[in-house]
Amino acid sequence: MSIVVFVLIYGVSYGLILCLLSIGLVVTLGLMRVVNLAHGAFAALGGYVAVSLGTKLALPFPLAVMIAVILVSVFGLLLERLFFVQLYRSTELNQVLQTIGLTYIAIGIFALTFGPNVFPVKLPSYMLGSIKLGEVDLEAYRLVVASASLVIITALWIVFDQTNFGARLRAAVDNPSMAEATGINVRYLFSVTFALSAALAAFGGAIGSSMFPLEPFYPFRYIVLVMMVVVLSGRGNIKAATVVSVLIGISETGVRLLLPEIGSFLIYLVLIALVVWRPEGLFARNDAT
Amino acid sequence: MNAESLSSSKTLTRYKLKWIEPVIFCVPVAAYFLFPERLALGTSIIVLGLFALSCDLIIGFAGVVTLGQAMYFGIGAYSAALIAKYVWTEAISGAIMSAAIAAVVSAMLGPFLLRLTKLPLLMVTLGVSVLVYEAANKAVWLTGGADGLSEYQLSPLFGYFRWSIFGHTKYLYVLSWLAIVYYLVRRIVSSPFGVTLQGIRENPDRMLLIGCPTLSRLVVAYTIAGAIAGLAGAVSAQTDAFVGLGSLGIDTTLDGLVVTILGGIGTVYGPLIGAPVYVLVKNFAQQWDPYYWMPAIGALLVVVVRTGRAGLVELLDEGINAIKCAIRRRR
Repeated sequence: MSIVVFVLIYGVSYGLILCLLSIGLVVTLGLMRVVNLAHGAFAALGGYVAVSLGTKLALPFPLAVMIAVILVSVFGLLLERLFFVQLYRSTELNQVLQTIGLTYIAIGIFALTFGPNVFPVKLPSYMLGSIKLGEVDLEAYRLVVASASLVIITALWIVFDQTNFGARLRAAVDNPSMAEATGINVRYLFSVTFALSAALAAFGGAIGSSMFPLEPFYPFRYIVLVMMVVVLSGRGNIKAATVVSVLIGISETGVRLLLPEIGSFLIYLVLIALVVWRPEGLFARNDAT
Repeated sequence: MNAESLSSSKTLTRYKLKWIEPVIFCVPVAAYFLFPERLALGTSIIVLGLFALSCDLIIGFAGVVTLGQAMYFGIGAYSAALIAKYVWTEAISGAIMSAAIAAVVSAMLGPFLLRLTKLPLLMVTLGVSVLVYEAANKAVWLTGGADGLSEYQLSPLFGYFRWSIFGHTKYLYVLSWLAIVYYLVRRIVSSPFGVTLQGIRENPDRMLLIGCPTLSRLVVAYTIAGAIAGLAGAVSAQTDAFVGLGSLGIDTTLDGLVVTILGGIGTVYGPLIGAPVYVLVKNFAQQWDPYYWMPAIGALLVVVVRTGRAGLVELLDEGINAIKCAIRRRR
């Protein structure tokens, strides 16, 4: 019984971080159609900045994370204006190539500034303890991370599905010229969304830095998992992205614990089968295709 | 459309030998005599060029944007190593056998993968290659896991040319393979089949409408590309006397892709120009710091994709045209 709870808690927290890492891409790729392979670099940047702020300036962890998220979103906004704007109308191959180029640059810079090895993360002491829940010990860190992610994801879902901003964004994506004709500033909308997506990645990278260790090749290490989440969640569907990531998190934790020999192999096999089976997304309705 | 008007169309003029092609092949021959102490580097450039030819064929000509070509490179490499270790030590038949194994795998996967397009295709090809990587990592009894395979030896080529440490045989061996494959790829892309592929790249629905079985054409192209990648892997395993997990990794896929783009995607000789540029930039940058090459190559990649679609080849062509115009004006 306790093992089930253990797998559930670890899997859900892992899945929620994965969701934070991918959800920005779910939005930019699913809605704006930019195959941004450099998305992981925003997460890594967020993690690096937050952790170095925490260690160098001795800022408290939550404050360091917040500053990192703000810095990365400003950086994302700049990069969108200077770089990604030209990518919206390119072919997939060109998007892939240019974002790979960008990722190479990022990896080089990370390696030169933060060193080629895993960057040590120091968590505040109140996150290191564990809480006894029934018969299982739970790391406080996992609980904090899971609840913070859940709050952010819910807020995002409300913004996208329930507010005027979300409605305008969906309109801009469905038909940019018509949206422009009705007075929606599409360029501005895309910029804000892009910065938001970078901020989400940075948040995921910062608070998840103990589960997803920071190292220069971070942007490529998790790109397969992140992209699987994006493909399986279909066109910019936040709810589907959350469900898919949590399912991946739980099954990955479970399989690694119970069948460590073939762990990641099995996960990838299932994910590939799912993508081949439902290339439009796991929960896509058939009439939508 | 009659034959005459077709032969003047852009795709078919590739039958004509461009001046640049013999020049490209003169360079490695000259390098053989000029830099006899750098033959190992030259061998790796040629192997990379061979691998990039496969990426060029499938991505540049057939328009299948795959991120999984390293899988076939790795399969070819491991096959060649295993053949040399346990079956027979003759190199040429070993390389052909390895290419055939890679071709069989790609022919089996092709019908599943090529039904997908765009993002799912990208993801599934990437995912499958990660899957094969993980499988090779776990199958230690076959692949040696993280240690890789080594300690295999080939018998002298044609029973006469020894695989000396100076690398003369290796260099000429891979160069001959490159020449053969280059000739074949050239013939393939300018054949009616090759033109069909380019048609599918430009507009798959239209090709389907005029009665072209696009899926089976793409599977054939994918199989050929898989065989070439397998061959590149095989000769790399034979000349390095080592195969590691790196041959299956995403890095290898990206190497091939970047080389193709830098040289000029959609031209047969682009990869042969991209490979030396890529390896030399990487080598020079690495002399300062092992990580300097990544920003350098990344920036180069962005610049090339931004400015010209056809990479260094087109820049070269434009430069030559400019010179020609200047000369004409003088007259």
